[in-house]
Amino acid sequence: MPVLEHATEGTPSAAAPIASAAAVPGRFGKYGGRYVPETLMAALLELEAAYAEAQADPAFHTELADLLHNYCGRPTPLYFAKRLSEGLCGAQIWLKREDLLHTGAHKINNALGQALLARRMGKQRIIAETGAGQHGVATATVCALFGLDCVIYMGEEDMRRQELNVVRMRLLGAEVRGVSSGSATLKDAINEAMRDWVTNVRTTFYILGSALGSHPYPTMVRDFHRVISIEAKRQFAEQVGKNPDVVIACVGGGSNAIGAFYEFLQDENVRLIGVEAGGRGSGLGEHAARFQKEGGGLPGVLQGTYSYVLQNEAGQVALTHSVSAGLDYASVGPEHANLHDTGRAEYTSAMDAEALEATKVLARTEGILPALESAHAVAHAMKLAPTLGKSQVIMVNLSGRGDKDMGILTRELGLGIKAAENQGTR
Amino acid sequence: MAIHFPSRPGLVVYLTAGDPSLEATYAIALAALDNGADVLELGVPFSDPLADGPVIQRASERAVGRGVTLQDVLALSRRVREARPQAGIVVFSYLNPVVRMGLPDFCKAAKQHGADGVLLTDMIVEEAGEYLAEMKANGLAAVFLAAPTSPDERLRAIAESSEGFIYAISRVGITGTQTSLESDAEELVGRLRQFTQKPIAVGFGISNAAHVAAVGRFADAAIIGSAIVSLVEQSASGNEAAAVGKFVRELRS
Repeated sequence: MPVLEHATEGTPSAAAPIASAAAVPGRFGKYGGRYVPETLMAALLELEAAYAEAQADPAFHTELADLLHNYCGRPTPLYFAKRLSEGLCGAQIWLKREDLLHTGAHKINNALGQALLARRMGKQRIIAETGAGQHGVATATVCALFGLDCVIYMGEEDMRRQELNVVRMRLLGAEVRGVSSGSATLKDAINEAMRDWVTNVRTTFYILGSALGSHPYPTMVRDFHRVISIEAKRQFAEQVGKNPDVVIACVGGGSNAIGAFYEFLQDENVRLIGVEAGGRGSGLGEHAARFQKEGGGLPGVLQGTYSYVLQNEAGQVALTHSVSAGLDYASVGPEHANLHDTGRAEYTSAMDAEALEATKVLARTEGILPALESAHAVAHAMKLAPTLGKSQVIMVNLSGRGDKDMGILTRELGLGIKAAENQGTR
Repeated sequence: MAIHFPSRPGLVVYLTAGDPSLEATYAIALAALDNGADVLELGVPFSDPLADGPVIQRASERAVGRGVTLQDVLALSRRVREARPQAGIVVFSYLNPVVRMGLPDFCKAAKQHGADGVLLTDMIVEEAGEYLAEMKANGLAAVFLAAPTSPDERLRAIAESSEGFIYAISRVGITGTQTSLESDAEELVGRLRQFTQKPIAVGFGISNAAHVAAVGRFADAAIIGSAIVSLVEQSASGNEAAAVGKFVRELRS
């Protein structure tokens, strides 16, 4: 049944798929699947069944829609960034304002959906991982809302650089557990969350925060974020009278991007562009650009799914770097891997410095402070817009707001109270 | 050269290969075999050992830091095979290093380097079609994990797909020692026994002779991992093999 495809150039058999596309549900082309310790399988099957049941239950959708509207503030606006666009002398840039959602990022769409599911399943204890802290804050928030116990795993490096979000999670009643292994970032937080889950699997629901991991997570997380492109498509029809020509989103694990892309997948004249973290260079360990040629990304298995993984020749997963904690991850959601290989979406990267510059430009032209993650998408839009005509329309999914990044911005841009001296020396 | 357990309970010893060095692991492996281990699991160090507790995480991190690769572990397997033709040898790995090498190349190499079997921590039976075909083509035994949480229909598939032995996980959780064996283990072995007469080995949390004896009352073999990796970590440099030899000898006394 399975077909062993060999990689085309250079790396014989390294990119061979390890199972057939039809072997199990949760495949995106040859990517995805379930690669977990056996102990978790019963929980994944239970989750898959519970999710299918919830999907078929109108009451589940009604409650989710009500909370998304009245608690989270959906629909989020589609906003024409006029001054930004004019300054670039090219295409019109429209921002899908996920940054205006309750808790400040798209992450709550999914956290809310999964928490409702946990409640249906009678699981009282919630665990989650977080990188930038936005998923952790969203999870802590919905746990407070539903009275659930909440433990958040976060790399110690990320706790340091996103300290404000650590404080927010604790205020919301969550226990934040620091993770010091590896590079002490998102990947290591997921490892530790999975160790917790495998130990407490009978009582615990794992609210995974990106379109990653084993089936059904990539599908379920995407479904909860589809609302982004469902709304955007309708808003473009109403406000512009046509689909956008290009949709741009940043890609860490890829949850905001898959949500922003999904309803446009069938519209083949809409270009879909994912922007990875180019970090500070192209060497392994300097970036988190899984799809960029010569970057060290190859198909492999990390944390339960088959997708592109930054790794060395021995199959050890590489360390990564990005100024934005939310993009600082060695693998990527399996659906993006398939969109990459089929060519339906394009993947590019923006460097740390470009994201920082885009943050400043958006703040000063539009009065909108993007999260450093989302600033990668803005940076690419700023490169692309001048190459396109003024009738062309770009949607940037502004996945989060930048309040959490004040510490990093203070350091990187020298804007603190000693600004004058700092700017002189940098 | 095959996986078999001539006396009950059999003994399976897990080692994180390359900790503290490949040379040391070679000496430890021979000491374990010479003092009563029937089967060695040669653990391939991995950057992200998400099923492992702190002891094996630390050992793995040290070995990865030293640059120990899957290729090195296969070379170690060959040396052990040449020195101890009767030993059972299982290469124990997370999936990614194997995928990186390529499944067909890996299976061929494992056979050529004297391994009897392979256990991939994050490979489940549903995903294993290609893997099992390659394993079979090379005459290798695929060992699968069975968990207390696995429903009966999964246990049946696990029992059917496994060769050599079935690795029954004594409790939910990650690897690591514990003071008492939970009742999960005996129940799981009983449920597996409905489906198979193949050997069943119990692992996770087994750290002393009393545990081994207890497992011997309901299973074919006991698997000792973290307790030995921890002993290696605590032993003075150069003394690891002697310490492990003594420990293994006392496990069945």
